[in-house]
Amino acid sequence: MNAQLENLLAKKKVLLADGAMGTRLQAAGLKPGEAPEILNLTRPEIPRSIAAEYIDAGSDLVHTNSFGGSPLKLAAHGLAGRCEEINRAAAAAAVNGVAGRGLVSGSIGPCGRLLKPYGDVDPAEVLDGFRIQAAALVAGGVDLLTIETMTDLAEAVLAVKAAREALGHRAVLASLTFDPTPRGWFTIMGNDVAAAAGELAAAGADAVGSNCGQGTEGMLSVALDFGQVTDLPLLIQANAGLPVLEAGEVHYPETPADMAAHLPDLVNAGVKIIGGCCGTSPDHIVALRGILDQLKAADKL
Amino acid sequence: MELLDRIAEQLDQGKADQVAALTAEAIALGLPAGTILNEGLIAGMDVVGEKFRTHQVFLPHVLLSARAMHAGMDLLKPLLIQQDVPSAGKAVLGTVRGDQHDIGKNLVGIMLEGAGFEVIDLGTDVAPEKFLAAVREHDARVIGMSALLTTTMPVMKEVVDLLTREGLAGRVKTVIGGAPVTEDYAREIGADAYAFDGISAVDRIRQLVGDA
Repeated sequence: MNAQLENLLAKKKVLLADGAMGTRLQAAGLKPGEAPEILNLTRPEIPRSIAAEYIDAGSDLVHTNSFGGSPLKLAAHGLAGRCEEINRAAAAAAVNGVAGRGLVSGSIGPCGRLLKPYGDVDPAEVLDGFRIQAAALVAGGVDLLTIETMTDLAEAVLAVKAAREALGHRAVLASLTFDPTPRGWFTIMGNDVAAAAGELAAAGADAVGSNCGQGTEGMLSVALDFGQVTDLPLLIQANAGLPVLEAGEVHYPETPADMAAHLPDLVNAGVKIIGGCCGTSPDHIVALRGILDQLKAADKL
Repeated sequence: MELLDRIAEQLDQGKADQVAALTAEAIALGLPAGTILNEGLIAGMDVVGEKFRTHQVFLPHVLLSARAMHAGMDLLKPLLIQQDVPSAGKAVLGTVRGDQHDIGKNLVGIMLEGAGFEVIDLGTDVAPEKFLAAVREHDARVIGMSALLTTTMPVMKEVVDLLTREGLAGRVKTVIGGAPVTEDYAREIGADAYAFDGISAVDRIRQLVGDA
């Protein structure tokens, strides 16, 4: 196991990550259609206070506001040329908000385009973009990097490689989004859990797993499948259930207590890094922290 | 006939060069363009769609088959116009304003073209007025809207309301889809249909166009 991660897990047993970023940004004033990452430059106090909020809620690790910070993704907002300063600022904002009370992981999400031969973008261009992003996040002070919400394993592998180069000996976490099929869990591009675990590990990932797309119950099934095919620490960040509509408003049904109730199952499945994705809030993290502390006190971690 | 079966089969395999060569052969034999389209290309995409629906294949397979379909269509298009073969209908597609996600929307476009529809794809971040202008310009009877974000879903209602205000509701049918979108949401905002994926989008649009 990666030495940095091994030390952390020796102390903490299970690392609690943060919850959703996008909804917090909207609550703080992100406008529809605006690139979330631009706030790192225009209003750095927002990502800084979100990081602080999650640390206050009990997170051991928070993510930077850089999910869409690869040059190709930023290009959709005309910001490709500002990739480096945006990611550096994203790291700095989170580091300032955490203020030594936890870890900061740089978030790297999909580039938003399909890679050749299925799409129109050259894998070499995607790799170069992730290199720029990863290097800037590291220069900005992140402790580790999280490749997340990937649905194309080939793209995830490129991001892991770029992260590995930028980080040296520090840990790379890699997380895909899966959908249920009658034949098991698959990404949109048709990658199954075994292929994901194998290729991500070969590319240099230190922890593997899944985020987004499923509530906690679905994620438990994904985690159990990962446990069958890898010895790496597992990372799981579930949505607060699947969105439902109530009086015209989208609502994620899993309450903090619902998510917390599933936590022991995830821990028993060998998940070492647990956080939340869409629909989760600091309240969810508070509830997860409570259960984790109880498990730890009872020596069940 | 065997040649058309081979077009369908090579299309399913994603072999663009083969599909183009076989389509050229069928044209040279003097087969009607509509027959080559329906019994070759569309028949092939039907097989791909069914395999996708039942999770036997995934997005990459569909994308390669779509490319093969286009290779055949490029040869066939001038003949379809020349021989006055009507398309299955015209559909305007787009991801709504504020939303950049296009994989699902593109898949709907592929499946619609695969079913013989003319697709006017407005891309992503499409404002309601732009949907309206495209429908008027192309005299399309269907608007397909996609949203992946809970924050951009309400734009779908803006489009539906705009059509009503402009007196086009009923004449122009609206179909919506995307991860957070549901059948209930479609009903609530007054859209004509909800589609779970590219395959069901084709089914729903075929029904709506048939009703019109």
